Amino acid sequence: MTEAAPLIVLAGNPNSGKSALFNALTGARQKIANYPGVTVERKSGHFAFADGRPAELVDLPGSYSLDPTSPDEEVTRGVIMGLQKGERRPDMIVLVLDAANLDNHLRFALEVIALGHPVVVALNMMDLAERDGLTLDPAKLAEALGVPVVPTVAVRRRGLDELAAAVDGRLKAKPDGVKPIVAQERDHGLRQQAKRIANQAIVSETAGRRWSERADRLFLHPFAGPLILLSVLFVMFQAVFAWSEAPIGWIEGASEWVAAAVESNLPSGFLRDFIIEGAIAGVGSVVVFLPQILILFLFILLLEASGYMTRAAFIMDRLMASVGLSGRSFIPLLSSFACAIPGIMATRSISDPRDRLTTILVAPLMTCAARLPVYAIIIGAFIPPTSVGPGIGLQGLVLFGLYVFGILGAMIVALVLRSTVTKGPNSGFLMEMPKYQLPSLRDILIGLWQRAWIFLRRAGTIIFAATVILWLLLTFPKVPEDSAMSQVDYSAAGRITNVIAPIVKPIGFDRDIALALIPAMAAREVAVAALATTYAIDAPDEEAEAKSLTERLQSRWSLPTALAFLAWFVFAPQCISTIAVTRRETNGWKWPTFMLVYLFALAYVAAGITYWSAVALGL
Amino acid sequence: MQTPTTLDQLSLNQNAEIVGIDWGAISDAEGRRLRALGIDEGVSLEKLHQGMFGLKDPIALKVGRMMIAVRKAHAQAISVQPVAASIAA
Repeated sequence: MTEAAPLIVLAGNPNSGKSALFNALTGARQKIANYPGVTVERKSGHFAFADGRPAELVDLPGSYSLDPTSPDEEVTRGVIMGLQKGERRPDMIVLVLDAANLDNHLRFALEVIALGHPVVVALNMMDLAERDGLTLDPAKLAEALGVPVVPTVAVRRRGLDELAAAVDGRLKAKPDGVKPIVAQERDHGLRQQAKRIANQAIVSETAGRRWSERADRLFLHPFAGPLILLSVLFVMFQAVFAWSEAPIGWIEGASEWVAAAVESNLPSGFLRDFIIEGAIAGVGSVVVFLPQILILFLFILLLEASGYMTRAAFIMDRLMASVGLSGRSFIPLLSSFACAIPGIMATRSISDPRDRLTTILVAPLMTCAARLPVYAIIIGAFIPPTSVGPGIGLQGLVLFGLYVFGILGAMIVALVLRSTVTKGPNSGFLMEMPKYQLPSLRDILIGLWQRAWIFLRRAGTIIFAATVILWLLLTFPKVPEDSAMSQVDYSAAGRITNVIAPIVKPIGFDRDIALALIPAMAAREVAVAALATTYAIDAPDEEAEAKSLTERLQSRWSLPTALAFLAWFVFAPQCISTIAVTRRETNGWKWPTFMLVYLFALAYVAAGITYWSAVALGL
Repeated sequence: MQTPTTLDQLSLNQNAEIVGIDWGAISDAEGRRLRALGIDEGVSLEKLHQGMFGLKDPIALKVGRMMIAVRKAHAQAISVQPVAASIAA
């Protein structure tokens, strides 16, 4: 066989269980990339027929229609028509339909079938349909549509062999001899045709236990609903911090072990310093966040797979609408509390381009995990651990206040952006809310693995490069032996600091802080390590050197400076990776530049106001 | 026979049929999305939920076997005729 493996694409409505079917057919070895020139994911994997012949499988973005209303739907249309850049013409289209939602899903199916390309229908989620009291006749449906129909339950791996056999048979069959149904006019006629065919395929219909609807009486209750959502979020954030402590310790231990191993096995010199201080310290400081990101994503994947996420969006929509966004922005902004990068990537599900851009631009204002080490050390050093009420400590209150500060900032910025640079009509909030279902462990694990891989690959490339550059800036040029200056002051970074220091002086930052801000561009938490290094180098004797960073900060910083430093980190875009991902998701430098400028401006103003208010109050 | 109303004014758990949609009040793309989700003239629906804390926005509808969320702004453009019994079994 010289010809390439056939290309089989999965197409269907959102919530048809298409991705679950894709996971069941291909397993964990999937390739995720972007279609050229657009930020639409291309998910592909391999699959083998019963006789071992391979095929390439692509999971197309969910679509309601071939008349596209989003970049996702445009790609689906392009691939099905054989016109999409970066994709060959598919040899077979597998249409995935929700058996319990046949009349709605048949509309898209009819549009595709009418094109006359080879099609096999997977009548998915048959178990849920039966639970709903619906009995279907796949043979009748096949007859009405003029294409093979195979019943499947993707999450339970049922019907997969039959589906493969039907695809195989259809691939081998000559293209003639099959008379696919002709679709009616767009919209109205199409809908009625879909309804007629659905009714033909339904053998019997009894009012089954609609427990999904009953669950919504509670989850979408006007008062209980928001309280339940709040509790879910509370548990989620507790878990992100409580469960991650141990694994973070393991990662830190491992990176120290690797650094020690390198130290004892390599001769001292440039290469050893480079590996230990640049590569291991830099990448290690970011990989440490992997446990928190995975726990957050575990929750998000569970909430999505169970169907609750759309309810959360429903509950939050009114609040988001008051700042010009919609419920769809809620999920990306929630993710941004772990890290803005997965948050910005999650904005792809927002169909309105102005909504999406606004969400991307405010995502960095959500307090991400990388700010915590900075907040923790400053609060620990400057805020007394006094109690301000039963069970409420002042330190915790300040930390909470910083989160609120970020959220309020994001709301105000969103409001301003929506009436200026992303001005436009308020888009509607149209969303299908699928039935609740038990998530499949396999799909959750595949999802987690994909997130972890994307994150680690990023840590291994962009972050690695950024930390190496910063390390080089701090290491070169080498200070001459007879010079009284420290290496840090003499280095390129030290010279850059001379430029920055006068700029940040009015907001209460001294030269040491200005110096720490440079490496903190790679990742915010590096600021802590940078301060520690600077003060360690500057220590006049060993006794002073042994003092903890907390004590050093207390002796060198005034309270107004510390508060201004906190305010700075609420807003400052100190994260090259966020800028890089914004460039990728907006296809250009315009918006990341805008983001950088507005966030630095806000940070400067907020820190300045904080500093001078604190000074005026005599703190 | 009950009097026709708009979707936002329809009472909860009430079945109705869409008798008219003011497409001029809805953008082209949003209109296409509405129709793609099965909301069109002649369609039967049931109003199931509405927004939080009595704000009545957004609104969750049952259309066929699907639950769909729409905003009040769109619901105001959708005229409905309340019907007594549930049509969709």
